[in-house]
Amino acid sequence: MGTASIVLNLAWRNLWRNYRRTAIMLVAVVVGVWAMIFMSAMMRGMVDGMLVGSIRSLPGHVQIHNPNFRDDPTVNNLFPSPNENLIAVLEQEDVVAWSSRVRVPAVVMSERNFRGVTLIGIDPVAEVSVSFVADDMTEGRFLLGTEDTGLILGRRLAERLETEVGKRVVVLTQDPSNEIVDRGFRVIGVYEAQVASTEEIYAFVGRSTLQTLLGIGGQVSEIAVLGADYRDTEALYHRINAAVGNRLEVLPWYELNRYLSSMLGMMDGFVLIWIVVIFLALSFGLVNTLMMSVFERVREIGLMMALGMKPGVILGQIITESLMLLGMGLLIGDVFAWVTIQRLREGIDLSAVSEGLEMMGAGSVLTPSLQASDVVLATIVVLVLGFLASLFPAMRASRYHPVDAMTKV
Amino acid sequence: MYAVRCIDVRKIYKQGDEDVIGLNGVSIEVEEGGFVCLRSPSGGGKTTLLNVMGGLDRPDSGEIWIAGKRIDNLSKAPLARMRLHRIGFVFQAYNLIPVLTARENVEFVMQVQGVSVVDRKKRSLEILSEVGLEGLEDRRPAKMSGGQQQRVAVARAIASNPAIVLADEPTANLDSNTARHLMELFVELNQHRGTTFVIATHDQMVMSYARRLIRMLDGKLVEDIDQEAV
Repeated sequence: MGTASIVLNLAWRNLWRNYRRTAIMLVAVVVGVWAMIFMSAMMRGMVDGMLVGSIRSLPGHVQIHNPNFRDDPTVNNLFPSPNENLIAVLEQEDVVAWSSRVRVPAVVMSERNFRGVTLIGIDPVAEVSVSFVADDMTEGRFLLGTEDTGLILGRRLAERLETEVGKRVVVLTQDPSNEIVDRGFRVIGVYEAQVASTEEIYAFVGRSTLQTLLGIGGQVSEIAVLGADYRDTEALYHRINAAVGNRLEVLPWYELNRYLSSMLGMMDGFVLIWIVVIFLALSFGLVNTLMMSVFERVREIGLMMALGMKPGVILGQIITESLMLLGMGLLIGDVFAWVTIQRLREGIDLSAVSEGLEMMGAGSVLTPSLQASDVVLATIVVLVLGFLASLFPAMRASRYHPVDAMTKV
Repeated sequence: MYAVRCIDVRKIYKQGDEDVIGLNGVSIEVEEGGFVCLRSPSGGGKTTLLNVMGGLDRPDSGEIWIAGKRIDNLSKAPLARMRLHRIGFVFQAYNLIPVLTARENVEFVMQVQGVSVVDRKKRSLEILSEVGLEGLEDRRPAKMSGGQQQRVAVARAIASNPAIVLADEPTANLDSNTARHLMELFVELNQHRGTTFVIATHDQMVMSYARRLIRMLDGKLVEDIDQEAV
């Protein structure tokens, strides 16, 4: 206890012995920590935007299908509309919204052109809370009910088909007996998606209208379930999986879209690399500061050793100085980063580079997302690497011979 | 019982390619409560002898005993422990830790020893008063005169009741009046506390206070005078 208190006391006072040098190093650590946390939050914010946008563009957090649907996403792999038991599971607190859909490949023909699309029959009331379509209508109106006979197209698709709201198009698809079925639809609305390619792929109609066209009764292709947060879907996924059993396939978003999950994993790696790179740059300054501090007081270190302080305690004292400096830098840097992120919580408008962001699947407003795990990671990296960086000057100090050190000029 | 005993101690230094003899078969005993001065011209071996006696340097051969315990064969950590508990040091300069106050400097050794806060505070204040530094307890070394700093160093040296205090040229940086006061303090502590002092010096005034005067030359003891008898 006595040794610990003298080590802390000496480390603290030595730190402020040359306060200009310490202040400069402290500013460097603060800026470094701020950059670690703030830039991590920006990267997280961008990935968050991409993930939320992608999840909103149909998959939801958890999906239920016929087990064969992913291999053959056609009208042949449907399942009955949810029964009372499944509805009870889907109505629990951790489910924000859910929607059942019919999804089939189809061809849309206008009087000028035709395009292959994925035709989705939705319940517009339920879909509003699950996916993007209703929010992103830019022209016309959204579907009013499952029996609505209108068709919603994406902006790009409408342009390719050279059609517009109010015009009629023909939709061709196959029924379960592989017969071509077709029907004329009036285009009632056009949507714009965060990712332009989505606009070309998906066309929406009322679910009952499509079920009638296909002659499939109340059967559906998928149920998309939205939980509270994409980062915390495990419990929801396991609960639904347990309720559904083996007859249907239940998949969380990260298995439905491997690209997104690998993106998230890659971002964890980027954040770690970013934090380590910043700290490595900082560590040169830190080692230099400590070395200068040690060289300046070689005689004093010799004196303490002569008086009976063990080399290990000298080593501990230098490391403690380093950790104190880094600890203060961490604290102040964290506060600055938090304040910056709070001030930018409405998001940063990046519409000037929105096309590039769209290609990456992100929106034009970037909202920094501060994650506790990133702050913890930065703290661990700074303290662990700081400890390692201070070992060299500390070991050097602890290896002095008392007589040589005290006579050093 | 001897406070310190050296038996045929030898120490050779390397200076470039040359061997320089630091100690050449020195044998000496200092009894408990002794007050001994080592005198020699520069390079005569008095600082080297003091360093090996205090476990700051290791002899090439021979034995060093402090308060009945052999120390020349101890490894680094036990040697540091021995210095901490058995030996008090007063050096010529750079004696104090500049970031600590006078009281904290005196407490330093006790703190490393693990003495409780209350005990070490009480003891440090008593000793600082004893060496005439009452009222200066909270001053840092930079705000004290050379003589006051040496008194703090003496207070620190005796604070943990060591078997022996080794002082290397303690008056070298002091004016004659301050030096005299410091020597009077040494004598007083020697007489009242029974603390053993071994002082390396080439100052005639310092030697005049010693009961025993040992002269060294080229790493050898050449004269050992009992000044009381003289």
